[in-house]
Amino acid sequence: MNPSAAGTWDEFMEGVWRQNPVFVMVLGMCPTLAVTVSVVNALSMGVSTMLVLIASCGLVSMMRNITPKEVRIAVYIVIIATFVTVVDYAIQAISLKLYDALGAFIQLIVVNCIILGRAEAHAAKNPPLPAMINAAGMGIGFTIGLLALGTVREVLGAGTLFGVTLFGAGFQPWVIMVLPPGGFFVLGAWLLFFSWLERRKLRRRQAKLVEATQNA
Amino acid sequence: MHESAFQIFINALLANNFVLAMFLGLCPFLGVSGRLDTAFPMGVATTFVMLVASLCAYGLNLLLGYFHLEFLRLISYIVIIASAVQLVEMVLKKYSPKLFRALGIYLPLITTNCAVLGVALFQTAREYDFVQSVTFSVGGGAGFTLALVLMASVRERLTLSNVPDLAQGTALSLMLAGILSLSFMGFAGLGG
Repeated sequence: MNPSAAGTWDEFMEGVWRQNPVFVMVLGMCPTLAVTVSVVNALSMGVSTMLVLIASCGLVSMMRNITPKEVRIAVYIVIIATFVTVVDYAIQAISLKLYDALGAFIQLIVVNCIILGRAEAHAAKNPPLPAMINAAGMGIGFTIGLLALGTVREVLGAGTLFGVTLFGAGFQPWVIMVLPPGGFFVLGAWLLFFSWLERRKLRRRQAKLVEATQNA
Repeated sequence: MHESAFQIFINALLANNFVLAMFLGLCPFLGVSGRLDTAFPMGVATTFVMLVASLCAYGLNLLLGYFHLEFLRLISYIVIIASAVQLVEMVLKKYSPKLFRALGIYLPLITTNCAVLGVALFQTAREYDFVQSVTFSVGGGAGFTLALVLMASVRERLTLSNVPDLAQGTALSLMLAGILSLSFMGFAGLGG
């Protein structure tokens, strides 16, 4: 891989894994917890957020040289709000059922910290293409996070996946999982799981190091 | 269905608590709930912004409806909220610089607090009249403050107890929030 391609890949993967907005940075919690009662909701929320993220980061980056520094946040917010309005109307036109299920949370994408954070921290300092690639990575990372929550909550709380029943008639759904407390519990559990993984990796590396020094 | 102002207030405060039942305003909820003496002022500041935003949104909505410019609703709401936050920031900076510093980055971030925009959007979607809008925003703000204060009190006690290393930080806060949310479910149906 040539250096520039490696840089692009790195930029992309930053959002997907290393700086995952849901599990690592813990940003954009409100939509994350509110809409992840089913996989379909989670997926559509993730995709809408990603579209807004890419479009607004692209525009912010194109306008980065003509935006006065003092009013930049206001400019970003107006740009984001414009794209959210577009997405809002688009979803309303595509599927009214989905629109009702997501409710006010589509419009609340405006105040998703991830988007404003990306605009300020990355898009304002980089040319359009890298900014949009980085935004796409973040968007995919966010969608993965939402799916991870949505899957667990739908399977445990309703016994279905994508609306298809998974278990026999004897299955008693764990209703609390699709209710508000379940959102907090499932996200907390995922964070515990990731910090356990991290810790295990660290311990193994240390063990290897000790082994190497003993052999030497 | 016509809801009385009292029902709306109780609903926003307890049964449909903004933070614990509707997942609005989680960033400051997890961010500034570490200490009780910053949590309470933060709640009050947010409540004030909510009230101002709700009043402005009500007037603005009439204006937009009159000119048939509903598609500008979201953009104009967010601009109003940003201005209200700026106002609170200036007042705090002048009268309580200490508190201003303690709240730090979370003060300008009220702009991106979903709870504030949520109030404006929900009152529009539910077609509340003037009195209903005001009670809704005050109830929501009080609910937010209540959740923040409860969480801060629990977390202050928790710093003294022995918690497994693995669970330190956000994971622990989320578990706590889950338990709080579970207990708030007991209020379901209270608002009628």
